[in-house]
Amino acid sequence: MSAVLSAELRGFQAVQRLAYECAEVVAAQLRPGTTEREAARALRAEADARGVRDWFHLPFAWFGDRTAFTGFKVPTQFFPTNRPLEPGMPFILDLAPIHGGFTADIGYSGSLGPNPLQDRLMTDLREHRELILREVRKRRSLRQIYEDVDRLMVRQGYQNRHRAYPFGVIAHKVDQVKERRWSPRVAGFGTQGLRGLVKDAVHGHREGWSPLWSPYRISDHPPHPGLWAVEPHLGFRGTGAKFEEILVVTDSADPEQSAFWLDDELPHVKRWKQAASLTDAKGGA
Amino acid sequence: MMSEVRERMVRSGEVELCAVEYGDTAHPTVVLVHGYPDSKEVWTPVAERLADRFHVVLYDVRGHGRSSAPAPLRGGFRLERLTDDFLAVANAVSPERPVHLVGHDWGSVQGWEFATVGRTEGRIASFTSISGPSLDHFGHWINQRLKRPTPRRAAQLLGQCAKSWYVYALHTPLLPELAWRGPLGRQWPKLLARAERLVPDSYPTRSLPDDAAHGAWLYRDNVRARLRNPRDDAYAHVPVQLITPLDDPFLSPRLYDDLERWAPDLRRRTLPTKHWVPRTRPDQLAEWIGQFVLAHQHADVGQPLGTAANRPAHRARSGRPPSRSARVQAAYAQRFAGQLVLVTGAGSGIGRATSFAFAEAGARVIAVDRDAQAASRTAELSRLLGAGAAWAETVDVSDEQAMEKLAARTATEHGVVDILVNNAGIGMSGSFLTTSTDDWRKVLDVNLWGVIHGCRAFAQQMVERGQGGHIVNTASAAAYQPSRALPAYSTSKAAVLMLSECLRAELSAHGIGVTAICPGIVNTNITATAHFTGASESEQERLRAKSSRLYRIRNYPPEKVADAVLNGVLRNAAVVPVTPEARGAHLLARLSPKALRAMARIDPPL
Repeated sequence: MSAVLSAELRGFQAVQRLAYECAEVVAAQLRPGTTEREAARALRAEADARGVRDWFHLPFAWFGDRTAFTGFKVPTQFFPTNRPLEPGMPFILDLAPIHGGFTADIGYSGSLGPNPLQDRLMTDLREHRELILREVRKRRSLRQIYEDVDRLMVRQGYQNRHRAYPFGVIAHKVDQVKERRWSPRVAGFGTQGLRGLVKDAVHGHREGWSPLWSPYRISDHPPHPGLWAVEPHLGFRGTGAKFEEILVVTDSADPEQSAFWLDDELPHVKRWKQAASLTDAKGGA
Repeated sequence: MMSEVRERMVRSGEVELCAVEYGDTAHPTVVLVHGYPDSKEVWTPVAERLADRFHVVLYDVRGHGRSSAPAPLRGGFRLERLTDDFLAVANAVSPERPVHLVGHDWGSVQGWEFATVGRTEGRIASFTSISGPSLDHFGHWINQRLKRPTPRRAAQLLGQCAKSWYVYALHTPLLPELAWRGPLGRQWPKLLARAERLVPDSYPTRSLPDDAAHGAWLYRDNVRARLRNPRDDAYAHVPVQLITPLDDPFLSPRLYDDLERWAPDLRRRTLPTKHWVPRTRPDQLAEWIGQFVLAHQHADVGQPLGTAANRPAHRARSGRPPSRSARVQAAYAQRFAGQLVLVTGAGSGIGRATSFAFAEAGARVIAVDRDAQAASRTAELSRLLGAGAAWAETVDVSDEQAMEKLAARTATEHGVVDILVNNAGIGMSGSFLTTSTDDWRKVLDVNLWGVIHGCRAFAQQMVERGQGGHIVNTASAAAYQPSRALPAYSTSKAAVLMLSECLRAELSAHGIGVTAICPGIVNTNITATAHFTGASESEQERLRAKSSRLYRIRNYPPEKVADAVLNGVLRNAAVVPVTPEARGAHLLARLSPKALRAMARIDPPL
């Protein structure tokens, strides 16, 4: 797919890889006692070092049962806290840097030392990635896809935790933004990125679609062409796992080209491939 | 199963102690110490259960059973002397390796002394304490409460003082001896059997009157001295497992509130039973003792079961009081770790969440569902959550023979079920006039007969084992809230509720609790699979979608119902309405049934 990517998509892909790189570097640095704030700060420093000057949103870091948003009631609880990381604890790093005018929004799940439960959640996320792509290509309404993801989660025995996000979104649109020398942030969200969302929301309102992929009636429309940062988030009794990456939706008639994941060289996808080849090897042997 | 029993006499100073050994001496040695008024035979049921894996040693405390008594008696029962006895026995039966110590009642009081004095260091590998506090800790506990008698602390102190009546009685001269050698000694076996709901057997032994008369000196020699001047250095130098019977008439569970201070490596367990645990719950004791011994025998056994039990329930490491949820989780783990739990309808919704909640507490879970895939998924995730073990079974609860086979298979493979959750149920809606007899049969077969089959198959086993248990039946708020939309469903659930209450009355004599859970509107897939009577196929789909949507908007999670189930078992509650609307209706059913009847006439907006 990457061979035919336009320059624009290549730009998005580059910043998405950059963001995952930051997350992997910081994840490798986490030690027992590291706090969420320290992790978030480290993410920001990594991104700064790679030339990021603006953010769609500043980095989030969640440790322990905060990965499943346990007891979250008000949005301020999403912000990093002084909770220290302990051995075996799951964590999620979520950052959305803007680089060269391209936005990425990624989520990286891991744990300090082995955590078989979160491993299982990550493995089970694969089905969600496949389901979402399949249904988007079928041009089912976003609301229906949301409900199908919900049903799959219930069947797997998990809870939907992306419902805890603002507006309960499983995905939102990301766009190119103008590079300004000064870009203030409101509650951790960059104004440039927000402006794009608001503009889309106004357009969408007139045309009958929404840049927020939610369980509500505003999302009862087929996928709108553009770039969607998709973030299914599984929760299971105090353990959470998610991935977040860009899904490209076009108005092409060819189903293959009508929707595709921007990049297949991401940590979680590579992990699944490795696991699959391992089981294949076992099966062959 | 009864293994060879070897008896030997061990000399300790002026007295001869009678010790018996079970099992292979190559296995880890477990020394069981009896209490008052008992002799080593109190441990026989537990020793027999441990003998195949351990080298089990019982001995008569001096002055009891076949051990000789010191002369004079006064001063001969000091804890220092008893420590000599223990060391003599330990050196005789396991000269090379340290022993695992288990004490009940006065055996545990002694055990605390052994586990906290310097001269036993290196001779004890672990200590399991049942119903017997350290006199030193007890002394500090009393002092704390006397110095700062807040209302709560004063109440705790007075409560324990009232429970200790027999201690005062034993301090009177001569009277206890006369009573024990006279009428009390004759009546004791009967009194004990009645109080503890025991089947009368060969225990207590014939030596009881003399044992009890001598044993009075245990109290006279130690209690006043130690409570007045408790040692300040009574720190346990070994890992401790504390097993607390919650209904003990002699000891308040509050006595152990600050125990983490004295025993840094502490695991807590609770049992819903009275004082004589070695007689009433030998299976559970043997399981917990075995686990604890093995965990401290080899360093490489990995995470112990029910890790939530080790979370700081009483004092957080950071010094902050632990959160409510941490306390609750710890209480569940203390009670349910290692217990065998069978949940029907475990493939989804409340059943699945209940399986997970028990798994998290360290229980062994059997997930039963019609849907094999869903059941195995529940079992798999239960294992990941820390269940002692988890298995999936594919059974239709409405099939009597299949349920009986399941019960037989479970008993042979995993043992008797400790907690049975009859949860499987189906939804059915529609007016009475459109409900066909087939519809009736379908809903009653699963919702009522499923519960009956479950209770019949497993309650029998529980009663035969005679070591208690618990049955949870999932009824519904519809059991007491009439509704024109749910005649068949409500009827089935009302029957379940009444069945549970009757069963509770019947089984209480066997120490088996029965709880009916009445959840109310909970966001599960019961609506998506419900049958709407008198509706066409397309209409069915629409009604299912619509009702699912309403339940989703209500959004009461099954996890909270699961929590209510565990809490209900913990409290042995009779009826547990869960959601606010279920509680409201439950209250209204008592205050103003007329209002409830009026509400029943409303047609739900579907």
